[in-house]
Amino acid sequence: MAVRRLHPDQPASFTFTPENLAWAKAKIGDYPPGKEASAVIPILWRVQEQIGGYITEPSIRAVADMLGMAYIRVYEVATFYTMFQLAPVGKTAHVQVCGTTPCMLRGARDLVAKCKSRIAHEPHELSKDGQFSWEEVECLGSCANAPLVQIGSDTYEDLTPDLLDKVLDGFAKGTPPPPGSQIGRRVSCPEGGQTTLTDKSLYDGSGRGAWAKRFAGDPLLVEVAPAPSAPPPAAAMPLNVAAAAAMANAGLVPELEARAAGGKPMSKGELDSLRLATVPGPVPGSALAAAQSGAGTGGEARLATSSAGGHAFGAPPLLKAPRGGKGDDLKLIWGVAEKLETRMNELGIWHFDQIAAWSAEHVSWFESEMPGFKGRIERDKWLEQCTKLATGWRPDNSAGEKPKG
Amino acid sequence: MLADKDRIFTNLYGFHDAGLKGALSRGAWDGTKFFIDKGHDWIINEVKASGLRGRGGAGFPTGLKWSFMPKADPRPSYLVINADESEPGSCKDREILRHDAHLLVEGALLASFAMRAHVCYIYVRGEYIREREALQRAIAEAYAAKYIGKNNIHGWDFECYVHHGAGAYICGEETAMLESLEGKKGQPRLKPPFPANVGLYGAPTTVNNVESIAVVPDILRRGAAWFSAIGKPNNTGTKLFQISGHVNKPCVVEEEMGIPLQELIEKHAGGVRGGWGNLLAVIPGGSSVPLVPAEQCNGLTMDFDALMKVKSGLGTAAVIVMDKSTDVVKAIARISYFYKHESCGQCTPCREGTGWMWRVLERMAEGHAEKSEIDRLLDVTKQVEGHTICALGDAAAWPVQGLIRHFRGEIERRIDDYHGGHKVAAE
Repeated sequence: MAVRRLHPDQPASFTFTPENLAWAKAKIGDYPPGKEASAVIPILWRVQEQIGGYITEPSIRAVADMLGMAYIRVYEVATFYTMFQLAPVGKTAHVQVCGTTPCMLRGARDLVAKCKSRIAHEPHELSKDGQFSWEEVECLGSCANAPLVQIGSDTYEDLTPDLLDKVLDGFAKGTPPPPGSQIGRRVSCPEGGQTTLTDKSLYDGSGRGAWAKRFAGDPLLVEVAPAPSAPPPAAAMPLNVAAAAAMANAGLVPELEARAAGGKPMSKGELDSLRLATVPGPVPGSALAAAQSGAGTGGEARLATSSAGGHAFGAPPLLKAPRGGKGDDLKLIWGVAEKLETRMNELGIWHFDQIAAWSAEHVSWFESEMPGFKGRIERDKWLEQCTKLATGWRPDNSAGEKPKG
Repeated sequence: MLADKDRIFTNLYGFHDAGLKGALSRGAWDGTKFFIDKGHDWIINEVKASGLRGRGGAGFPTGLKWSFMPKADPRPSYLVINADESEPGSCKDREILRHDAHLLVEGALLASFAMRAHVCYIYVRGEYIREREALQRAIAEAYAAKYIGKNNIHGWDFECYVHHGAGAYICGEETAMLESLEGKKGQPRLKPPFPANVGLYGAPTTVNNVESIAVVPDILRRGAAWFSAIGKPNNTGTKLFQISGHVNKPCVVEEEMGIPLQELIEKHAGGVRGGWGNLLAVIPGGSSVPLVPAEQCNGLTMDFDALMKVKSGLGTAAVIVMDKSTDVVKAIARISYFYKHESCGQCTPCREGTGWMWRVLERMAEGHAEKSEIDRLLDVTKQVEGHTICALGDAAAWPVQGLIRHFRGEIERRIDDYHGGHKVAAE
């Protein structure tokens, strides 16, 4: 294992950009309720991109607060996983040279030597102009294209020291070469041409439906009817929100426009709101979720009683529906994300002034409804925050204002 | 040699459209609904009958693994797909993710259905950023076509999520992967309980390799009998081989299990640099298996059982070739450094042992050691092997044992040279 520590110089604070905040909140939706911590690696990754290539101590705190994790747990993750940089890296390029045996056999030591002479003598040391840095990493998983380096999201493969020089020249000039093999090879295909997959009948669609012969006479086959030789016209099928969100997030904009907007171009705002649409969480209302929320007898049943007015002991006044048909944006409370807001709405909490009026008993009732939540209301000063928010005041940041002290 | 029509990964090199349209024309998402209508047990039995053994390295029968999942459990079940390809030498899942991802997504649906899971997480290694994007595109296309998701056309609600790591080899170990998915450090869990009983979020979980899942749709389409007729008994089917190191044309290629090593290298990888006679040794299954010296490579076939007989293993079928110019002690020392770097630090024998083995090997590469230390090193590898929670300890020990087994003479020669040289210098 490697001993890794935070950089001695740390900035004072970290704030998510609105875009990253929204992205992070959507990512949390990929995991079951109460398992927000699962999103820690993807979110830290995003944080590293936002800061410019490394993780800072205030950002670790911000991520922990967002996910309801102890600071030390996020610190552990940031120091355990070696792709999280803990010190500033070169502004133009941080070169990760694969040094493991398959690359070493094909000349990775020469690439390391090149980095030493061209960038800086020590790994993780910035070049004189601050534009470049390098490190030797363990297996990049592209051994048939060894030796290689990874810069940002891309790999530059089949290198020699001279070719690496050329790649780095490209970065220095702002015109990086196309990623992949630098000797003109197609991915991991043998140099000079493929030895397999030359049968053209594999690619003319003639193989579709051949499987059905094996099942001739199977009663189930009748219902299936002949296998379609082409995909059903996509536009004919209704598009649900989850699918649209997934398409928007994957950058399939033309396809999305064809389907959702009848071929009309969509505005950035529309796309952004689609991107944020929550993909349905895994198995909502499942027995596991119920067991995790401490209900034991099934979450549905408990929800039914609490929202029907037969509240458990110590519950504050709850509403069956928001006043005026629209609840407040509870996400403006620091520490509340989409999942939690939904859960609060389910319980019958819709407005800031409801929370502002809570007694200590109400707080402990709420905490008993939210396992793993104990102490957060006090720590994050919800009552103070909600009193302020109930007056109509709004924070600068859509995640809310971090409570001081 | 395997015929093209018997290959599963027909877009291995990405010469064709990796999108849904292209995947459909190559036969993906064909008959999926029918196989689901056939029922959970039919799929499991078909996979069992095919003889498919896990492609992640251990070679455990895939159908059998699925049958361990509880059939009536109030907890949700999960499928987790291991795309944390990090074993040095391995680079096959990368090609599936970026060029044939629809086979993986379709396989994920079928496998999840077979084991009654509605949710699947695909854990992609942190370094595979473009590969992750390609996979995400395929999943979005499948959602949009209503092949997966709620109320999809196949009649089995199924959510498929991409998760990723951030550069930790150990997360390829199944329980470390579950820890990582839960937002923790990737430190393996003690087994039992096995993931099929207590896995992700405490619920029944099966962890499978990308290749194991991606071949399932074609096994169902073409039949277990077709798959089991390829290869050798108990080592059936096709396999992605990855050939790296000292060959003329390193590549990834799909071949039948049990192909002779020499044929594999000469047909597809352009032969060993300098000819077959210039071969020194081969690591046949990724860095964690012991090397096989050239004299044992003649007639050697690439399958689980044959490689076990020469005290090595098929692993992920990542063939690392070393010719006679190789400094074999240094090559193995670099593997030891890898394990030192990637040990999670949880178990003392591995955390301390991997560093110790690496430092001794670095000295031995220079000859700066005593001959008695060779046996001591071997003894230490035995103390690490089998004394740790997960198999990383074993994986660190085996390459060193292989080196000593086959190249003890080389190490002794270096020690003699070093001491001889120093005596001369002292006089």
